[in-house]
Amino acid sequence: MTADAGAGIPIPHGAFVIGLWVALGAGLVACAIRRSRVSWALAALALLLLFNLFFTKDFFVIDLKPDADLRHWHYFGTLVDILNHGSKVMLLALGMTLVIATGGVDLSVGAVMALSATLTAQAVVAWGWPFWAGALMALAVALLAGAWNGLLVAGLGVQPIVATLILMVSGRGIAQLVSAGQIITFSDPSYTFLGNGHLFRLPFTLTLVVAMLVLTSLLTRATAVGLFVEAVGDNPTSSRYSGVSPRLVKFLVYSFTGLCAGLAGLIAASNVKSADANHCGLFLELDAILAVVIGGTALSGGRFSLIGSMVGALFIQTLTTTMYARNVSSDVAPVPKALAIIAVCLLQSEVLRQKVARALGRAPR
Amino acid sequence: MPELLEMSGVSRFFPGVRALDGVDFTVRRGEVHALMGGNGAGKSTLINVLTGVIPRDAGVIRLDGRPISPSSPRAAEALGISTVYQEVNLIPHLSVEENICLGRQPARWGAVRWGAIRGRARTAVARLGLELDLARQLSTYSVAIQQMVALARALDIEAKLLVLDEPTSSLDEQEVEELFAVVRRLRDQGLGVVFITHFLEQVYAVSDRITVLRDGHLVGEYAAAELPRMDLVTKMVGRPVVDSQPGPALTPAAESVGVPPLLEAQGLGRRGAVQPMDLSVRSGEVVGLAGLLGSGRSELARLLFGVDRADSGQVRVDGRPARVRSPRHAMTLRIAFTPEDRKVAGIVPDLSVRENIVLAMQASRGPWRKLSRRRQMEVAERYIGALGIKTPSPEAAVRTLSGGNQQKVLLARWLATEPRLIILDEPTRGIDVGAKQEIQKLVSSLREKGMAILFISGELDEVVRTSQRVVVLRDRRKVGELTGAEVNEGRVMAAIAGHPVQEATHDR
Amino acid sequence: MKRLRVDAKHIPLLATAGVMVLMYVSGCIAFHDKNFSSLRVIVDLFGGNAFLGVAAVGATFVILSGGIDLSVGSVIAFTTIAVAAMVSKGLHPLPAMGLALLAGTAFGAGMGVLVAAFRIPPFLVTLTGMFFARGMGFVVHGLSIAIEHPFYQAVMRHGAIVVTRHAKTGAPAVQIPSWTICFLLVALAGAWAARYTRFGRNVYAIGSSEHSARLMGVPVTWTKVGVYALAGFCSALAGCVATLYMQSGNAASFVGSELDVIASVVIGGTLLTGGVGYVGGTVMGVLILSLITTLITNANISSWLTSVAVGILLLVFIVLQRVLARGQSAAA
Repeated sequence: MTADAGAGIPIPHGAFVIGLWVALGAGLVACAIRRSRVSWALAALALLLLFNLFFTKDFFVIDLKPDADLRHWHYFGTLVDILNHGSKVMLLALGMTLVIATGGVDLSVGAVMALSATLTAQAVVAWGWPFWAGALMALAVALLAGAWNGLLVAGLGVQPIVATLILMVSGRGIAQLVSAGQIITFSDPSYTFLGNGHLFRLPFTLTLVVAMLVLTSLLTRATAVGLFVEAVGDNPTSSRYSGVSPRLVKFLVYSFTGLCAGLAGLIAASNVKSADANHCGLFLELDAILAVVIGGTALSGGRFSLIGSMVGALFIQTLTTTMYARNVSSDVAPVPKALAIIAVCLLQSEVLRQKVARALGRAPR
Repeated sequence: MPELLEMSGVSRFFPGVRALDGVDFTVRRGEVHALMGGNGAGKSTLINVLTGVIPRDAGVIRLDGRPISPSSPRAAEALGISTVYQEVNLIPHLSVEENICLGRQPARWGAVRWGAIRGRARTAVARLGLELDLARQLSTYSVAIQQMVALARALDIEAKLLVLDEPTSSLDEQEVEELFAVVRRLRDQGLGVVFITHFLEQVYAVSDRITVLRDGHLVGEYAAAELPRMDLVTKMVGRPVVDSQPGPALTPAAESVGVPPLLEAQGLGRRGAVQPMDLSVRSGEVVGLAGLLGSGRSELARLLFGVDRADSGQVRVDGRPARVRSPRHAMTLRIAFTPEDRKVAGIVPDLSVRENIVLAMQASRGPWRKLSRRRQMEVAERYIGALGIKTPSPEAAVRTLSGGNQQKVLLARWLATEPRLIILDEPTRGIDVGAKQEIQKLVSSLREKGMAILFISGELDEVVRTSQRVVVLRDRRKVGELTGAEVNEGRVMAAIAGHPVQEATHDR
Repeated sequence: MKRLRVDAKHIPLLATAGVMVLMYVSGCIAFHDKNFSSLRVIVDLFGGNAFLGVAAVGATFVILSGGIDLSVGSVIAFTTIAVAAMVSKGLHPLPAMGLALLAGTAFGAGMGVLVAAFRIPPFLVTLTGMFFARGMGFVVHGLSIAIEHPFYQAVMRHGAIVVTRHAKTGAPAVQIPSWTICFLLVALAGAWAARYTRFGRNVYAIGSSEHSARLMGVPVTWTKVGVYALAGFCSALAGCVATLYMQSGNAASFVGSELDVIASVVIGGTLLTGGVGYVGGTVMGVLILSLITTLITNANISSWLTSVAVGILLLVFIVLQRVLARGQSAAA
């Protein structure tokens, strides 16, 4: 773009970056062979990264630098930032994937984030609790919040949008009750480590995300829970006739989502060292839903892909970071985001495929 | 003067199946004409062609002498053919009068004229001979009245031909009488009415003529007054009353003689589904449940499996009372059930063949004790082989399989749970002849191993061939139970038709 | 028995009205000393959320059809900044508003096409629309722009209906401002359209049973596109109304307003599944929202309790709707 065109292509260094390209390539090939739904998301992400390779200076540069006190060394770079900042949406997307797979949706995760962040901050700052106690309590409350949603949806049969709307509307108010309307700042070392610390020279949030991803994968694939979730989302009647309890399954996935939101809230607060009931997690539920949809899980339920949702979340975060790197104002960034998402939705739309097939003279499948 | 409706030589083919083959169907003005036939006879296809839901491959349709080719239900309506479906397709939250006029509301300067709507609705309802509160929300009325409103809408459209598709399935006797009174009134006003139903009594109560279809062919057109019930049933089912080919002697497995029943139901019933009835099944025995479609067979099966809750009666398993609360509960009692409508309650379409097969087995083990991948493959491959399921791989999505193979997957799912009692609802529907025989052989071998089987089917020869005892249902109640030597098609058909059989000497 | 049956459909509406009256009366009793029961307060109740009310009328139609619109707040914000920007560039406010209304309608229609023709869930489409409109607002201008134009000043000075005057000076004491008049007019037009146009009746039919409506000849696709176009129009109109009392435009404003709109509609007795509801109910829902804010302010309670109160009310109404739905299906 500028005279840096030649020098603009950075030399990717570090095993990390090479590994990234290899993984991306392998993933694409594997998905193409298995005709997996994740391929769209991976392709989109790859395209975006490719774009940045050529047009964004230093996008792939990763430096190993010491931090302020010159004692610890960690990796710095745009890619690292993407993983770090995207951690909240990735966590949310884990739970949201399962909820959407059962044919529902959870709009309250942003509010639950705010609630959990505020509760922990309040416990640590005002009540003098140790961090682990405060965090545990907040996570328990987040789990209960998810269970509340599950009760409304599975127990009372309320439409998921409606049921989770209640907590979405009132959750932040409850958080403000806890914080007495204040933004609580904290400096507790454990709390701040969560979002800002490093482990193995990479951001700690990455470790958390990987841990949750592994946990969720085990929960769904090492047990029959994943099978039940997919069956319930695909055909609840057939599942019921086969001895699966759609109500129990739904109750569990909403509870789990609450837990994920609780953890994400802790990270969000830790990032800015303060708990703001009004802004913590604002609009992140929307990003989470979009990540899941891009990742290949249909809004109507059925087959889901946790990895797909991770890729979807990374896509959204990369899009945001790309715009930031190109000096697009963060206020305007939602526009290309919206266009990209509509493009993906259209591509996934059955109707479009039929129209194209008809136009090309082939019978629709 | 040409007849109101003349369909001549109408044919419709689907891949591999002749749904309709050169069928003629005529309806006169001012007559109620019943269209009858069993499963796969072609009734639905004929009506779908007439009402524009699907196109025809051959033949001519003439309305009032003019050839027509309706391309959609709306087009058919515009021509004057109006259909009232079994599930009343009206708008539940709108008022009666609005439902009658929806889509064609009178308006002046863009503003809907409610007074004119009231007037038109009143006229239509009066023609039915009814009095209704026109401003009342439709869903607050019973299904019977809602169907009347659908009829009124048809009148508002100024329909010439009314098609009533299973209108009485959800009505009680009183409501059926009221409906028939209205239908007779409309007939007297000159409309032609096509009446599709499975209820034999009702056919004779209200129809002037009857057309019978079988396997896509026209069997014949008769005046109702000149066609005895037995003849009608014979023509529908396609076998003479005399059982000319006695099957092999069927004796119950030795252990099951004199043994108390595995499952015993007394007075089991549910309002709107089946009248209270008794039923028992022993280990090593096949009990057939016979009756025409709509006689309550599937409803009974759902009660036994815990999908629906019974209003009356009690069930005993192994002599101990059991209230089957849910399918899961039924599974703990080692009961299995393959439902008749596999699309709705059977297959999980996007999941693989393997996953569909192991689903119930896994559900009974709970989520934590997952069957290993190897074990799943083992089970899947075993049943794919045993039942001859044609699939490119066990990982193929079940929705890509043909109907028959999907049915086999369902069967495999339940056999894998190793039940003691299995309820098979139309297990051979939509399967080719060779596979049918395989399944019947399978049922026999299961019986010999001691399984108790409830075999539900509309194909009498199949029921008779496989069962030691046959329970006959008609119009949602049990009308007979045949054992041993009584089990032959003649007796079953007689029970369905409601006539005692005369030719006792012809029994096996 | 007949009376009971008719009322069953209206129970949510009656409940809404009951809650509204109850809240107003308790306010009068509790804040008797602050002149709660004065005319001014009643007029303020309508005026405080006038923009919300205008948008909620459009949202009512969308929700009646069984859909949902999450883009409301963003479209309002976009409209305010667009109008402000055009006026600051010299365009007269009226054509500026006209253009904004056109843009809003076209935007809504676009979303409608995606929903109706491409069968993408309304939730997803309007969510994306929300992002799009919000960002486009900032594309127009990043900071707020004040509106200074003789037209606006004229409206502020004279564009109100005077209800009472001061006895001595003759100056207006209580007056109904222009934005409230707009709200009332839109509400009346909406209520009329819902009852007396084929479009309105088709919306009810589609929301109640889309499958049956299609079989009965209702033009489902066109009606759905129309419904979202109408919602876009109302959101844009709400934006124009907002400029009147904000006297400025700001792309960052009205974040989360769609939630208030949806809450008003639900509290107003409209079922989120569609087919049941009244514009009048939505108006009452908006008034209830205003009442909550007013009561809380008067009681000197922290303002963030508002969202909790709204949440509780939502819960009560949703459970009520659910219980009624169960009751009806059991009776049928």
